Amino acid sequence: MPSLKDLKTRITSVKSTQKITKAKQMVAAAKLRRAEERATEARPYTERMEAVLANLASSAEGNPNAPKLLAGTGEDKTHLLIVATADKGLCGGFNSSIVRLAREEIVRLQGEGKKVKLVCVGRKGYEQLKRLYSELVVWRTDFTEVRQIGFGEANEIASKVLELFEADEFDVATLFYGKFKNVVSQVPTPQQIIPAVAPEGVEPPDLKGAVYEYEPDEADILKVLLPRYVAVQIFRALLENVASEQAASMTAMDNATRNAGEMIDKLNLQYNRARQAQITTELIEIIAGAEAL
Amino acid sequence: MAEKLNFSLVSPERELMSAEVDQVDIPGAEGWMGILPNHAPLMTTLAPGMVRIVSGSDEKRIFVRGGFAEISPAGLTLLAEEAMPAEELDAVKIAERIKHAEEDVADADTDDKKLAAQQSLDRLKELQAAL
Repeated sequence: MPSLKDLKTRITSVKSTQKITKAKQMVAAAKLRRAEERATEARPYTERMEAVLANLASSAEGNPNAPKLLAGTGEDKTHLLIVATADKGLCGGFNSSIVRLAREEIVRLQGEGKKVKLVCVGRKGYEQLKRLYSELVVWRTDFTEVRQIGFGEANEIASKVLELFEADEFDVATLFYGKFKNVVSQVPTPQQIIPAVAPEGVEPPDLKGAVYEYEPDEADILKVLLPRYVAVQIFRALLENVASEQAASMTAMDNATRNAGEMIDKLNLQYNRARQAQITTELIEIIAGAEAL
Repeated sequence: MAEKLNFSLVSPERELMSAEVDQVDIPGAEGWMGILPNHAPLMTTLAPGMVRIVSGSDEKRIFVRGGFAEISPAGLTLLAEEAMPAEELDAVKIAERIKHAEEDVADADTDDKKLAAQQSLDRLKELQAAL
């Protein structure tokens, strides 16, 4: 039976934990709103870009000189997995579920006798993956220094990935990130970015019989467009990741706050019981003492 | 007024403009282009420069750096790598871009890249002079 003082200390400590989790939950809620806004603001660009690419890709199809970024290297031996996670914890299973998905993919690819290389974006993913696969990690980055993820950061990752691709370091690149479905559900998702997959469901615009003119020519435009497309995909994934992270963090902190509340209730009950028991004992002692006189 | 051109300008971070306008002048990679409603389908890369948007008696200027323009019967879409309204642009920002462009020229490993980098540098210098 813990003493009254012990119980009191525990209640105070759980109370301050609850304050922290509550504050973190509110911060996450505010950040989530911003992150969602940013993800929505970036959407028109991605959509237009996809439409343009779908358009160009259909005309480049079957062309033997199609750029490698679109047609692939013709091989499927080395896979690059880009695992994008958050830099911070306190967001429930968000990071772990992305890492788990990536790990399953690594096991599957290695089982098929393929080579796997890793690029880690975000501190948490790297920390979890390096334990098992530190020799596979070719590059890593995180945004602990960056306050708000902008296109610049996405571009930096994209140029590194493209550099590796140019150097024939890999054949297929897949990006892993937490897709933001809604506040309560974030789905870890793999997405192939190299060779570029033309998005489905995007209708090329009706040209009413006319054909596109290209300036300079088609191949030149594709040469510029495809690396941009990779960067845009990464950018979108990063933005979704931020939104997902905040949503996951909000839910996790909400649970933690509630748990702390339950614990405080329980401890309070215990404390009151102990206090009453003490009073009763004291009373008995006094009465017994008085009777003895 | 006759038909309008459906114009939208988006950068990776936000949609800057989406409106019905009369005319848009864009800095194509191979020269300036004035786009009027019902333009033939066209796709081009962009050089750094000021996009001029005319709508009635209104005129708006937006600085873009790199990207694409797509013209289809649905309208004109500018996918800018970077875009900001002319009012936000000042000498310091231009100087910064010029410095980057100069580095690009120095770093370019092929003639093609060098030419493209040089061209955007020239455009930026032009813009600086005009400011």
